[in-house]
Amino acid sequence: MLKFSKDHEWVEVDGDVATVGITQYAADALGDVVFVEVPEAGATFSQGDDAAVVESVKAASEVYAPLSGEVTEGNQVLADNPGMVNEDPLGEGWFFKLKVSDAAELEEMMDEDAYNEFIADL
Amino acid sequence: MSSWSQSLSNFEEGAVANDFATFTGNKALELEESLIFEKPDAFNQTGVDFDDAPEISGDKLGGINREGQIGLAGLSEPETIRHYTRLSRMNYAIDMGFYPLGSCTMKHNPRLNERVARLPGMADVHPLQPVKTAQGALQVIYDLHEWLVELTGLPAIAMSPAAGAHGELCGMMAIRSALEAKGDKREIVLVPESAHGTNPATAALCGYKIQSIPCDEFGRVELGAFKEALNDRVAALMLTNPNTCGLFETDILEISKELKKVGAFFYCDGANFNAIVGRVRPGDLGIDCMHMNLHKTFSTPHGGGGPGSGPVTLSAELAPYAPVPIVVKNGDQLDLIEHVGETKSFGRMKGFHGQMGMFVRALSYMMSHGADGLRQVAEDAVLNANYVLASLKDVMSPAYEGSCMHECLFDDKFLKDTGVSTLDFSKAMIDEGYHPMTMYFPLVVHGAMLIEPTETESKEKLDEFIAAMRHLAEKAKAGETDFFAQAPVYSPRRRLDETLAARQPVLRWSKDS
Repeated sequence: MLKFSKDHEWVEVDGDVATVGITQYAADALGDVVFVEVPEAGATFSQGDDAAVVESVKAASEVYAPLSGEVTEGNQVLADNPGMVNEDPLGEGWFFKLKVSDAAELEEMMDEDAYNEFIADL
Repeated sequence: MSSWSQSLSNFEEGAVANDFATFTGNKALELEESLIFEKPDAFNQTGVDFDDAPEISGDKLGGINREGQIGLAGLSEPETIRHYTRLSRMNYAIDMGFYPLGSCTMKHNPRLNERVARLPGMADVHPLQPVKTAQGALQVIYDLHEWLVELTGLPAIAMSPAAGAHGELCGMMAIRSALEAKGDKREIVLVPESAHGTNPATAALCGYKIQSIPCDEFGRVELGAFKEALNDRVAALMLTNPNTCGLFETDILEISKELKKVGAFFYCDGANFNAIVGRVRPGDLGIDCMHMNLHKTFSTPHGGGGPGSGPVTLSAELAPYAPVPIVVKNGDQLDLIEHVGETKSFGRMKGFHGQMGMFVRALSYMMSHGADGLRQVAEDAVLNANYVLASLKDVMSPAYEGSCMHECLFDDKFLKDTGVSTLDFSKAMIDEGYHPMTMYFPLVVHGAMLIEPTETESKEKLDEFIAAMRHLAEKAKAGETDFFAQAPVYSPRRRLDETLAARQPVLRWSKDS
């Protein structure tokens, strides 16, 4: 199940683990990504905390934790190949996986249709 | 080994008709130039005739004798001069043309300032000279200090910070010292989205947690969000005014009143002071502390032409914590407090007294303009920016409604569906002979284009620029995508691969690279 935040992150939940990345819209808006810093396993975040950093030729930006929880894995591939974020933002370009601590937060996120409507107005 | 010029010229393939390609690669007055290390035989020659070095036995050097070459190119004086002169001609400068790089204030650097700075008494003074032999230099610092105090309406000043961000650090360290002296452990600094990017970095360096305050739809601090974020854990607000959208923060009096209520300090980033100098005294707005960029507002050279200088004016409450050295007047004599000693000063930020050469230039600028002239600086800077805004708003898309201060901000809505991006548009401006405006900043505006004409451009120059911009905007709307995708065509290098440069930066030449 794919859900989206207003800050252009997506999460895909499998059991109690959520995979987090940035959306196609965010990747396009950033332009060519040149650097990504993902959190280490064990880091804990509350919803909205700065969780990762993404830098493109245009801008540097924080990626916020869309949900509260404990990081189980950061995508190490992005360190060597930050361009993966542009190539496959919803797949191989994921940022980190998170053990969700409050499933209720997921309910507040948008589904794909709602997100597409949201970006159409931007 | 691939040479610098070769690897760059790969981008030129097929771009310009090659019928007139020259044998040397030079194009008349446009001369090609390699890196100094790539000069033929660079390592086997020297510009000076030395006698053969005598044999020195290694043991006399304590075992640290050099084993190989030091790896510097050895060119003769004429070759060296040509090398750097050729490189300089590939560059662009305010002395060559219009340079509307928003947020940077690329105004003319008056030559009077340069002349004064080169007077032997100014240029040859040494910071370690006995104070009584350097009274004139201290007088320059003292007079500049008096001018800045008068212009800002704040009673004290720290002159030593070496640039804007260094000034911010100075101001925030004074604020932290003042809070610590009271045993007040506040941990948050509020930073609006419309502030300069260095502001949150400064607060973080001082150990504070940053809380971002969003912009409202008019490009200014969202007052409701600010009030909501404000409490007695907030150490300070760092506000850039006018902000990076080129707008005056119209709620500033209410903001300062609210800050005082909870005992928080008000830091103002005065990098855009050129828009209000002589018109507004920041102290009257309830600001506790503000840095100024002498290299922007007060016309000292920057952007490769000289160092920055970022004095910070301080309220009476913050004044005791200012960094040393401090110039003080004892009767007719000027003196220096150089050690923290019994004072509450938080210490020293820089060797010696600050950027003396910039102090001389800034004071020369102020004295030659006078108080009325400085007021006109602000008025003309704002007038020029509004003239550009008004002349372009029907073909480009202003980011916010209404008039602006010293710089005008456009978004990329006017390029929507044209296939031309802000970057493409900027590259086409290079071909027209302009340094592009600041692009993709501030981040709160999509595809931002921030144009700061400054007060030193004539109406004729602005009209020419406006006509060129209108021409480009119409070309983009007419669907001439390829024209923009090719640009720049006439620069010494075509479009560089910024992505590759960022992903695999080569920061140093080496034989094997």
